[in-house]
Amino acid sequence: MHELDLKALGVTAINQNLYHVPKDTNDRQWSIRNPMGQHAIACGVDAPLMIDVMGHVGFYCGGMNKEAEITIHGHAGVGVAENMMSGVVWVKGNASESAGATANGGLLVIEGDASSRCGISMKGVDIVVGGSVGHMSAFMAQRGNLVVCGNAGEALGDSIYEARLYVKGRADNLGSDCIEKEMRSEHLEDLARLLERARLKHKPQAFRRYGSARKLYNFNVDHADAY
Amino acid sequence: MCGIVGLYLKNPKLQPQLGAMFRPMLIEMTNRGPDSAGVAVYRNPVKANEVKFSLAHDDRAYKWRHVEAGLEEGLNCEASIEQVGSHCILVTNAKEEDVVTWLKANAPGVRVVGSGHTVEIFKETGLPEKVYDRFDLASASGTHIIGHTRMATESAVTTAGSHPFATGADLCLVHNGSLSNHNRLRENLKREGMEFQTENDTEVAAAYMTWKLRNGATLREALEGGLKDLDGFYTFLVGTADGFAVVRDPIACKHAVMAETDDWVAMATEWRAIAHLPGADDAKIWEPEPSTIYTWGGNA
Repeated sequence: MHELDLKALGVTAINQNLYHVPKDTNDRQWSIRNPMGQHAIACGVDAPLMIDVMGHVGFYCGGMNKEAEITIHGHAGVGVAENMMSGVVWVKGNASESAGATANGGLLVIEGDASSRCGISMKGVDIVVGGSVGHMSAFMAQRGNLVVCGNAGEALGDSIYEARLYVKGRADNLGSDCIEKEMRSEHLEDLARLLERARLKHKPQAFRRYGSARKLYNFNVDHADAY
Repeated sequence: MCGIVGLYLKNPKLQPQLGAMFRPMLIEMTNRGPDSAGVAVYRNPVKANEVKFSLAHDDRAYKWRHVEAGLEEGLNCEASIEQVGSHCILVTNAKEEDVVTWLKANAPGVRVVGSGHTVEIFKETGLPEKVYDRFDLASASGTHIIGHTRMATESAVTTAGSHPFATGADLCLVHNGSLSNHNRLRENLKREGMEFQTENDTEVAAAYMTWKLRNGATLREALEGGLKDLDGFYTFLVGTADGFAVVRDPIACKHAVMAETDDWVAMATEWRAIAHLPGADDAKIWEPEPSTIYTWGGNA
């Protein structure tokens, strides 16, 4: 187990340390102390490391992550795990806006609530939120799954493409082109797998599924006057 | 950009440390706003028949004693002035509006920065650390404090354009964001008799609140009106006589985070400002929701 003190080293040195670990290392356990809400902690990691961040972090923590399992033992600021490619980012507390923005792959778990724009423009990531998400979540979401065990705020899934949204609580304000869809057996299986990975005990049958009506894919000439 | 920070002490034992606890919070927000900084500290309440003014003059060598003596003679009142850097704190038993009228006529260049029973407002151009220390705020004892670090976008970098802006007795406003309808709103408010010192957008928001409150609105009603009438991006932090209020616009893309422990409530643009407080690691932390008014301590 390696311990890095952010107060002593600063963010750049810590990220360089993590970035230069050989990919085939057996020395996989890392811990970062005194994060003090600094931004871009553990960004761009490109190896299967297990990283524990011991406290609350600022913006973009775990951004661009590849393969690493990053656990944030506290609150995460704006854009946690933004543009993640693979691996896991796990937030023990709440998360601020734009969690998992544009992320391509991997799993983002937020045990508490996520704020607005959770999963904005997600491109293949799986996001599981133990609590609720704020307004404009999954805005222009393209691929992947967003699971919300609480409620979804206003305009869920506005201008959504092909991502799948599962909400257990209320989702009574859907964004443009977002509709409720039938929950088929393959969706229940996917959802059960995601809930298990996030160590959450909810029944998949208690969720409803939302997705794209695919009405915005092509320009509708009848709407020409609106522009 | 801009950074805003607020600290409200729930535990009275911490009051002597208010200014020292707040210093790293404000300084942490320097790279969000290195142009200017300002602080409103709530301390040393005056007697019920007295009023406390925060005054400023661009000339550091300005002779405040003349103002003190002039007021006592001109308004037949008691007045005491304590100079703090380029500002001074005036305590008097004269009527507030009489003092303002007298200052306008007899003390050109003197700006009223704030007034009330407890609030003291200090603001200047320069790095937040320098501004804070210039006014010796680290030694401040008090109940609550709000601050602002400014990166100017809508108007010039001047002391008058710095935050906080006073919005009435013991009330003041700091703002992160920019308003898009401030020019029209300023003209409307001028017709209602409001006066402006700058071209600043936040001053318009402050004048709007002042106008609402003068017409009998509660603070909550004034803030609710603001959600309808102010167009733009904003997170506002409003200092009140006994606490503070936080409100964000409906889109809520100007950052804000709040935290609470048994000892304090804090608000900041970014968590790293709050991270310096004792007990921050174990605080309850969340992001305030859009179009929602949060208040602490006050009867908003």
